[in-house]
Amino acid sequence: MSKPDPDIEAIIAREYSAGFVTDIETDAVAPGLNEDVIRLISEKKAEPEFMLEWRLRAYRHWLTMSAPAWAQVHYPPIDYQSIVYYAAPKTDKDRPKTLDEVDPKLLETYEKLGIPLQERALLAGVAVDAVFDSVSVATTYKDKLAELGIIFCAFSEAVREYPELIQQYLGTVVPHTDNFYAALNAAVFSDGTFVYIPKGMRCPMELSTYFRINTANSGQFERTLIVADEGSYVSYLEGCTAPRRDDNQLHAAVVELITLRDAEIKYATVQNWYPGDADGRGGIYNFVTKRGRCRGANSKISWTQVETGSAITWKYPSVILEGDNSIGKFYSVAITNNHQQADTGTKMIHLGKNTKSTIVSKGIAAGHGSNAYRGLVRIAKSAAGARNYTRCDSLLMGDQCGAHTFPYIEVKNATAIAEHEATTSKISDDQLFYLRTRGMSEEDAVNMIVNGFCKEVIKELPMEFAVEAQKLLAVSLEGAVG
Amino acid sequence: MLSIKNLKVNVDGKSILQGLDLEVKAGEVHAIMGPNGSGKSTLAQVLAGQEQFRIVDGEIRYDGNDLSTLKPEQRAHAGIFLAFQYPVEIPGVSNIYLLKAAVNAARRARGAPELDAMDFLAVVKEKLKLVDMPETFLYRAVNEGFSGGEKKRNEILQLLLLEPRLAILDETDSGLDIDALKIIANGVNSLRSAQRAFVLVTHYQRLLDYIKPDRVHVLAGGRIVRSGGAELALELEERGYGWIEAETGAGA
Repeated sequence: MSKPDPDIEAIIAREYSAGFVTDIETDAVAPGLNEDVIRLISEKKAEPEFMLEWRLRAYRHWLTMSAPAWAQVHYPPIDYQSIVYYAAPKTDKDRPKTLDEVDPKLLETYEKLGIPLQERALLAGVAVDAVFDSVSVATTYKDKLAELGIIFCAFSEAVREYPELIQQYLGTVVPHTDNFYAALNAAVFSDGTFVYIPKGMRCPMELSTYFRINTANSGQFERTLIVADEGSYVSYLEGCTAPRRDDNQLHAAVVELITLRDAEIKYATVQNWYPGDADGRGGIYNFVTKRGRCRGANSKISWTQVETGSAITWKYPSVILEGDNSIGKFYSVAITNNHQQADTGTKMIHLGKNTKSTIVSKGIAAGHGSNAYRGLVRIAKSAAGARNYTRCDSLLMGDQCGAHTFPYIEVKNATAIAEHEATTSKISDDQLFYLRTRGMSEEDAVNMIVNGFCKEVIKELPMEFAVEAQKLLAVSLEGAVG
Repeated sequence: MLSIKNLKVNVDGKSILQGLDLEVKAGEVHAIMGPNGSGKSTLAQVLAGQEQFRIVDGEIRYDGNDLSTLKPEQRAHAGIFLAFQYPVEIPGVSNIYLLKAAVNAARRARGAPELDAMDFLAVVKEKLKLVDMPETFLYRAVNEGFSGGEKKRNEILQLLLLEPRLAILDETDSGLDIDALKIIANGVNSLRSAQRAFVLVTHYQRLLDYIKPDRVHVLAGGRIVRSGGAELALELEERGYGWIEAETGAGA
């Protein structure tokens, strides 16, 4: 029934449409990493002393660590001395006061990416903190949010303007000792986003950051910290794109989310970093540590991710359910086509009573792609009445790809319930034929089946992101049937 | 409208249709009957463009054009519709989404403007009444968890929405109770017109009590071995297929 169809295999290749390079002068330090480079980064950012010390502690710890080898991904060893650890657009020297002063080439770049940076952003209800390489270039609607007591700014600015908040929360979810990449990030992170939602405040708009890696050979090390104070709510969107290059680029970000009593954070990611070409050359190594901590009772954190890009994805957005009755959710779609590799999943750590977690993972592998779900559900002795529901489904296209599921479940409290369901399926020829007899092209039929497969996750995204995600799914999988 | 000459089709290397001839004119209803394994469903699937069935000889012409060069979706755009014997499930895709996509694909193909969600809903609600299905039917995943009768009614709903010129119904009557059978027959009869033709593939004469055919053909051993009027179906009901196979030397 499933003989390879030459027509279909011929259209698997699809060009990466965001693969352009912006030609502006860049202020970069020489490749390599040592304490002087870290001091230089800290100095360029005019950081207070505590920040430099924190970085140096992390760096010294990192030197004692080695890269994790347990993931279902394969790549040659990374030479950390050949990476550029700081690159800022030249325009940073006289920072723009308004959008009119922003380098038009930068704006053009954002234009190509379709980021609503200008006034139309208001119509879309999106405030954008755009990260261009390592420095936040323009932040919109900051003032409007500031009137509500909401802080939404570049991380480097927050370090200077709100040092007490940074000192209070930085590293309290992902300590610098957490893992190899988190330690590296803590040592060299250049910028990122800081959000603080005050008590009882429901953030009236979706906050959004677009990351973009531009300089060749530059690693990007963002750090995002979101704190939702008691009874507050925020929905945060993160989108990523990188230009195409033949060499691999490292992206090792850290995201920390903190919810106090009755607070809620929704964090959504649509990731389309350059995945490498059809032969597996180039592409982003996306080694990211994302974790939330429900510190207060009745608080909620949800991660929704649509991962379509990167050569390698190593990412486990997690939730520590510390407060009683707190809720953690993880909804994920991960696609690997051509030679992409993904080892992604989540960790739900139940500490508080009656804590609940939901995990819905949809993995799609096509071409020579390798797709692994790795998830940990840990229910501690203290977590009486805890519940977890996990569902992971894999969809395979063609016979050269692979899907793997690695669930780890540790339950130490007898009153807890953990459920795990997993399925693996292929797009069937019967489904394709059925839809084609209803007038749909083969590609439209594949998209319809894939979107149906991912529906539970896509519906968790805010509307404008859901539409983008569906388009990305279509682009990532165009013709990937066999 | 449809002209099949000496059609020979292999499935997995096995010869299933072995020189089939059939002429269907606009406005006619043809019934294809025959024992299990005679090639009825193969014929239906080949007409819809099933690429895994290989045409090794003969030709199929639709409006005078060679049908074998058209992809399944192009045949749909040209007005050919197959109601499946076993409609597949498409998890997560709502029925209304598929229905709307199918209707708009057909409209695009003939240069008509696409229907928006509101207009489509109005149209589909009307058609739902004809197949006696509740509106909730629209919001369930395509065929997922549908009973056998619901799947068949859903195929007829699509038929009513798409208004094809050539409709092929592959054992749409099998496994239906008498009420569901009447609903399906009413749906088909409501579409009968001088511009439209039907090919009803069926195992039993029962459906033909409600949809009166112009011609009845007996398919056995991969060929049409006997053709006649509606009375042939009654004779088959009475005497079975054995006597025809014996007379014509066609083994099932």
